Amino acid sequence: MLGKILFLLCLASALAQQLCQPGASDGYKVRLSIKTALGDKAYEWNENEMFLFRATLAFAMRTYFNDEEFNVSSIVVCSETERVSFWFVVVSPQNATSLVAKTDVENAVRLSRHRINSAFLLTDSTLEFVGISPTFATPVAPDTPPWLIVFGVVMGAVCAGIIALLVSSVVQKRRKKTGKTDDEDDEEEMQGKVEQNGIACENLDGVCNRGYSDDERFTKM
Amino acid sequence: MRLVLPNPGLEDRILSHQDLERLEKEEAGDRPKWDNKAQYLLTCVGFCVGLGNVWRFPYLCQSHGGGAFMIPFLILLVLEGIPLLHLEFAIGQRLRKGSVGVWTSINPYLTGVGIASMLVSFLVGMYYNTIIAWVMWYFFNSFQDPLPWSQCPPNANLTGLVSECKRSSPVDYFWYRETLNTSAAIDESGGLQWWMVLCLIAAWTVLYICCIRGIETTGKAVYITSTLPYVVLTIFLIRGLTLKGSVEGIKFLFTPDLDELMNPSTWLDAGAQVFYSFSLAFGGLISFSSYNSVHNNCEQDAVIISIINGCTSVFSATVIYSIIGFRATERFDDCNNENVIALLNAFDLAEGTITDSNIDEMLQTLNSTASGPEIIHGLNLNTCNLRTFLSEGVEGTGLAFIVFTEAITKMPVSPLWSILFFIMLFCLGLSTMFGSIEGVVAPLQELKIFPQNWTKEVLTGIVCLSSLLIALIFALKSGSYWLALFDSFAGSIPLLIIAFCEMIAVAYIYGIDRFNEDIEFMIGHKPNIFWQASWRVVSPSIVFVIFVFYFVTKVNARLMYIAWDPSSVNFPVLETLFYPSWIYVIIFLLAGIPSLLVPGVALYKLFQKWCCKKAI
Repeated sequence: MLGKILFLLCLASALAQQLCQPGASDGYKVRLSIKTALGDKAYEWNENEMFLFRATLAFAMRTYFNDEEFNVSSIVVCSETERVSFWFVVVSPQNATSLVAKTDVENAVRLSRHRINSAFLLTDSTLEFVGISPTFATPVAPDTPPWLIVFGVVMGAVCAGIIALLVSSVVQKRRKKTGKTDDEDDEEEMQGKVEQNGIACENLDGVCNRGYSDDERFTKM
Repeated sequence: MRLVLPNPGLEDRILSHQDLERLEKEEAGDRPKWDNKAQYLLTCVGFCVGLGNVWRFPYLCQSHGGGAFMIPFLILLVLEGIPLLHLEFAIGQRLRKGSVGVWTSINPYLTGVGIASMLVSFLVGMYYNTIIAWVMWYFFNSFQDPLPWSQCPPNANLTGLVSECKRSSPVDYFWYRETLNTSAAIDESGGLQWWMVLCLIAAWTVLYICCIRGIETTGKAVYITSTLPYVVLTIFLIRGLTLKGSVEGIKFLFTPDLDELMNPSTWLDAGAQVFYSFSLAFGGLISFSSYNSVHNNCEQDAVIISIINGCTSVFSATVIYSIIGFRATERFDDCNNENVIALLNAFDLAEGTITDSNIDEMLQTLNSTASGPEIIHGLNLNTCNLRTFLSEGVEGTGLAFIVFTEAITKMPVSPLWSILFFIMLFCLGLSTMFGSIEGVVAPLQELKIFPQNWTKEVLTGIVCLSSLLIALIFALKSGSYWLALFDSFAGSIPLLIIAFCEMIAVAYIYGIDRFNEDIEFMIGHKPNIFWQASWRVVSPSIVFVIFVFYFVTKVNARLMYIAWDPSSVNFPVLETLFYPSWIYVIIFLLAGIPSLLVPGVALYKLFQKWCCKKAI
């Protein structure tokens, strides 16, 4: 009895291994570049990491299909190399001999790509699924492009400056004009006043003689 | 008795030495004046030091034998640059007028020289300010992280990057597509690009506010626009020297190749560079000098400014090439890394087994395995050559907007370096524009085309507005091709002709003896034999030779231009196209009209005198 069970298990795993081959039509090649991504903090790739990978991929398949119970054993890996690259196929949980279709695997990976990357502290380019191109995030388009804001600030300052300069030159011109007419008025006023040694006659003792106060205008030589 | 052409009535047209002395003492003239000598020097330095020092000289230096290029450059600086500069400064200071006034005073038949200067200043100013508009666009776009030219945008359905960008590079794409939105040929004009129109408006408005009251406002602006580039260049030098690969770039720049000195085009390029670098024959320098006091030492000024200009060229070449060296090294390392990764992936070897240092041995080992050669051949490994990367696109707008911007994206804190770089280019360009505008507005005032009571503000506004409207041609899709056309023809041949006429006019029509006496009156001693020889013989001959060379090469060659055409076979290499035949009319207008104005106005005045007996 024990023998039969053992035999069946070996048969199952042998079958599974046969399903997984490099270049399998429903399989994908995975390539990890841990040293490139993490440098000094790179971790060793070993059996435990491989287990994590199979578990993560099972999680991705579960998330995609939603009702089928994938297990670590559903993910079959083969042809591991020093590069840290290997092939994997996904065995359907209901039927141990049939594989999940390539497109389904691709969509599942795409859906959970970010989670798979995060589990290994890698990115789309350092954890490559050969054949599955990375998805692009929708570009974040701000409402006003930043350059328009800077443009607005510069133009506002410059236009304010131009207006200020033009206004100040107009004001200066006006001042010059009124300055000239003011001086002329002052002169006429001065001629009407009667002064004794520069002091207006009202402020002195005595009587004001205004008889000749207008003469200056007429007797100029 | 030296050769002097007859010139009756000269004494009546110019102020005598006694008049000048009296004007100086009483400050009776109503001509604007510099607040101090520093303003004058900074304005002249700003006018001379421009974008050409940053993106033309380094390329010429490197392509004509590196350190060896200094020899023809310095020789021609001394024989051609300094004498012409001294001549313009002295004649402006003596006759105290703008370019039209000066040449009309010397002889009314020479008015054409002044008008040609004014026209060339106008045309060159138009396209030069468009380059400043491009610089402002990049400046406005530098206030974001990551910089928009650091990565390709994804395409419409988010399946990949935009194809045009993927096949070329993010910086190329940003320049040709998102900035210029260039068409594939000069006759496909496309429409106005609204963002470019906005930048053009910004550039002309900033220029207007700086020039609004003439030297009263530009004199204040130059404190910043002439000094800031030096500060930024120093910062970039320090930053550049700390980057990997910068020394490679500097070595590449200065490694001398003395064989290049045998090549005549080296000397011709050096002569042309000195000539254009000094912004001679624009009329701006004459105007600026006319605002000086009569006894200002113009000889000393000419020497100082020439030395500053030369040193700035060499300094900026060093800075530019240190950054280019950094970029080339990064590109080279990336190229090698791509090869390494391709090999690792193909042979499934562990990371780190192949590095830059052992790649050649590993290639040999792998080649000797059974299936190795086939696989290696199938990989199409890049050939990585540092020299190729160092010689890539290092002149003109390609340097500033493609190569340098790419280098900036590879530096940490890129937006800061981008902002600094484009502020520097902006200041360099703006200070040159001050001279251009002066070279247009001062003659306009002297020609009395507009009513006398129109103030300087109004005249400057009219000049800026009309230039802006005509410069809208550069905001079309084919705008950059038009700009290259203007650059090649509006600013090259006419300037040489004007400069030649200026020297002949001063030496042989005004009279070298009279000129010597004027200089003795102004600065206290007569110019020595070096100045005499250069003004009368050496400099005119050099200018004449350069002119003949330019004219002959341009007239003989079927003219071509380079275009960005995504649908071409060689993309992303720029396509070389022939100009359509109607362009030759435009070329004739651009180069011919200013040149023909010189004899044209003389003939017109002659005609006026004979037919209408008018006093000219």
